[in-house]
Amino acid sequence: MSRIVDRRLNGKNKSAVNRQKFIRRFRQQIKRAVADAISDRSVTDLEKGEKVSIPAKDISEPFFHHGQGGRRERIHPGNKEFQQGDRLPRPKGGEGQGSDNQASDSGEGLDDFIFELTREEFLQFFFDDLELPNLVKTKLATINETKKIRAGHTSDGIPTNINVIRSLRGAMGRRIALRAPYKNRIKEAQAELQELLRQHDKNYPAVKALEQEIEQLKKKIERIPFIDTFDLRYDNHIDQPKPTTQAVMFCIMDVSGSMGFEEKDMAKRFFMLLYLFLTRTYEKIQVVFVSHHTVASEVDEETFFYSRETGGTVVSSALELVSQIIRDRFPTSDWNIYAAQASDGDNWDDDSITCRKIMNEQIMPYVQYYAYIEITEDRHQNLWQEYLSVKSNWDNFAMQRIERIADIYPVFRKLFKKQLA
Amino acid sequence: MSRKPLSETSEWTFELIEKYHKEIERIAGNFGLDTYPVQLEIITAEQMMDAYASVGMPIGYTHWSFGKEFVNNEKRYKRGQMGLAYEIVINSDPCIAYLMEENSMTMQALVIAHAAYGHNSFFKNNYLFKTWTSADAIIDYLLFAKNYIAECEERYGEDQVEAFLDSCHTLKNFGVDRYKRPVKLSMQEEKERQKEREEYLQSQVNEIWRTLPKIEEQFDVIQEKRFPEEPEENLLYFIEKNAPLLEPWQREIVRIVRKIAQYFYPQRQTQVMNEGWATFWHYTILNQLYDEGLVTDGFIIEFLQSHTNVVYQPDFDSPYYSGINPYALGFAMMSDIRRICEHPTDEDRQWFPDIAGSDWLDAMHFAMQNFKDESFISQYLSPKVIRDFKLFSVLDDDREKEIEITSIHNEINYEYIRQALSEQYNLGSLEPNIQVYNVDLNGDRSLTLQHTQYNRIPLDKSANEVVKHVARLWGFDVRLETVKENGTIVHSFHCQL
Repeated sequence: MSRIVDRRLNGKNKSAVNRQKFIRRFRQQIKRAVADAISDRSVTDLEKGEKVSIPAKDISEPFFHHGQGGRRERIHPGNKEFQQGDRLPRPKGGEGQGSDNQASDSGEGLDDFIFELTREEFLQFFFDDLELPNLVKTKLATINETKKIRAGHTSDGIPTNINVIRSLRGAMGRRIALRAPYKNRIKEAQAELQELLRQHDKNYPAVKALEQEIEQLKKKIERIPFIDTFDLRYDNHIDQPKPTTQAVMFCIMDVSGSMGFEEKDMAKRFFMLLYLFLTRTYEKIQVVFVSHHTVASEVDEETFFYSRETGGTVVSSALELVSQIIRDRFPTSDWNIYAAQASDGDNWDDDSITCRKIMNEQIMPYVQYYAYIEITEDRHQNLWQEYLSVKSNWDNFAMQRIERIADIYPVFRKLFKKQLA
Repeated sequence: MSRKPLSETSEWTFELIEKYHKEIERIAGNFGLDTYPVQLEIITAEQMMDAYASVGMPIGYTHWSFGKEFVNNEKRYKRGQMGLAYEIVINSDPCIAYLMEENSMTMQALVIAHAAYGHNSFFKNNYLFKTWTSADAIIDYLLFAKNYIAECEERYGEDQVEAFLDSCHTLKNFGVDRYKRPVKLSMQEEKERQKEREEYLQSQVNEIWRTLPKIEEQFDVIQEKRFPEEPEENLLYFIEKNAPLLEPWQREIVRIVRKIAQYFYPQRQTQVMNEGWATFWHYTILNQLYDEGLVTDGFIIEFLQSHTNVVYQPDFDSPYYSGINPYALGFAMMSDIRRICEHPTDEDRQWFPDIAGSDWLDAMHFAMQNFKDESFISQYLSPKVIRDFKLFSVLDDDREKEIEITSIHNEINYEYIRQALSEQYNLGSLEPNIQVYNVDLNGDRSLTLQHTQYNRIPLDKSANEVVKHVARLWGFDVRLETVKENGTIVHSFHCQL
């Protein structure tokens, strides 16, 4: 007696729970690895998983076993030239003398344990630091929504999608095609019958045979089904990404000497979050990096995060440049414009008033959203004051002072609220 | 030979699997293989990895270490470092064998012959499996364990259960009875009920909990009795029954880990035999199919190629060498028994007077039923196999500067090599000998474990970590003493709570 069972449909994720447990247990190590990964990544690169390595000693499962040393004898295969009583220098590791059994028992050796986080898991850790509300997390982690659109017809599908007209048209065609040979034969037979009847009477055997044949052919025609499963046509629908438009995202950062690595790292996460949000809403996104000290320039990402300049800070130079770029390359009719600015709040005194002016007149009317973070532990300086007045004028302006990464989210709160509504 | 092959292409279908299975079943029956009913399950590669991670158990309780195992396999599989083994078979009744959907028809037939008939008959008839495992109850027990632990997690918190399981797992290999035989299966259930009653009584007189010392003891100042009176080798059993502070659910978890370890214990002791037996039968059965004209030339060539890979033994100096391949050794020894029976040489008649020239099926079934690796090798490793493998022994003594070749495959050494190889499969000497030695009943209730050294081989440093886990289970201080064969203490480690 035996049975064959198809288990393939049972789902493959029997180990998912154990995987989650594993990740939960090594949360701290993984978190560190993710933090490292973020500093290596580009702002726009949040769509893939991450390789994480955990030191082997942290995940070892100890058990009683023998260590090196003592006296032991082992059998090996494949002797070539050894004779009994030969004495040899002790081989250095590897060759499987003595302790190889132990090495294989404890599995890994001392290499790091490397494994891959999925994109979802990676984002989870990324969000973890940012203390995003759960609703926002799920929203951000889901892949783009799609919409069903019509895409012709197929020969299989579900009953509700049957296309009656096409099905019947197909059926008719089939009926005509299948009937044709019989009909032709009937025509011929009838002609022959006429011929025969002219010479013989009704009881002549050939006449009877022909009549019978005609009868049979007619029955055959009747037996052709009116509609067959073969005729059925279904409306076909396919998934298409929701129609979206394009957006441009400006990253503006102060790169003067006062911005250290820590500050830049925080700024990076801030930009990443905005980027992640935008990818949910827009299909195509361009990122423009504008860095400034006393003068501003448009740079690539590498320079943006890793170059260090010295000297003073003139924020208005950056704002001027942004405004210029918007005018030149991103007409508001075609682009949704977002801007995020990170700074330590330092600015030349006279300049802050200019900033307010540029913001009010040249930038805020054109952007969807402008987020400003001030990464500092000192007290606010005049730029903050000026920006406060901008905030009172414009609904789509958000600002926040940041001391730790978790402070970033409030800047975006409004943005996400809009999205979720 | 004019029969039509069962199939011409390498594609499999359910009908074909059924057809092949019927033929394999018939041939296996003709060779006298006695098996549990077979249940073949078709699974995907991912599911195979799931099965891997849970050490081949179809259902298991959840624990991060299985997740680690899974993550590890997945990584290696994706990198292509590891092909998935094409067989996992479960010692249960019915016997469950997994067939991976990616396999060709040839491989499916190989797995059916190897796992569903080879391993299956071994599980059913080898004395270790007969005494230690009950194939009809294991699935139920695993299900019970899974649910019980899930319930504990819900009730006492995941972290607490996880930490407790961690500690139990460290003693997994010390949760088995090595020498005591359990009672025969038929009586098992009855006895179990009886044991429960006994245990209940025992718990009423728990030595450790007795706070009022017996009057006599106060006068008995010379030497208190040790507890346990005899050293106990089954550490988990001792903890389950005697650890003073464990909650009932914790005792049950100790028991679960212990039971499952016990279930796998025979497999660890019969690797060479079990794989050798299964490999011998897939080889014999599929060749029989070919001789009967039921499979094509292409089939048999594909089969032979993977068979050759399975039984490949790299030499000691090969970069691929990682010890003796149990498939290779087992297959060689099993085939050799048949050869000795059918075509004995003078040497065979001298070494194996009992079986030389006798019926080979009887001889092989007898060998399969009544041995484990250690005794199987010491009984059946023939001079021919020693020569074919060119076995030699190396003595590595840390007091010597150099290592020494103590024997090679020549006539005077056959017996020596046989014994040394047999010793190499003796779990008793592979694993450190650690026993519960004493509990300080009148003092701090600390537990003393004693490691008896063998050939001066020390414990690995990680032993101290294990002792910490033991202390967590025991609830009081734990000492680990390493003693020489003559009884002097060479090393001790004290873990205070």
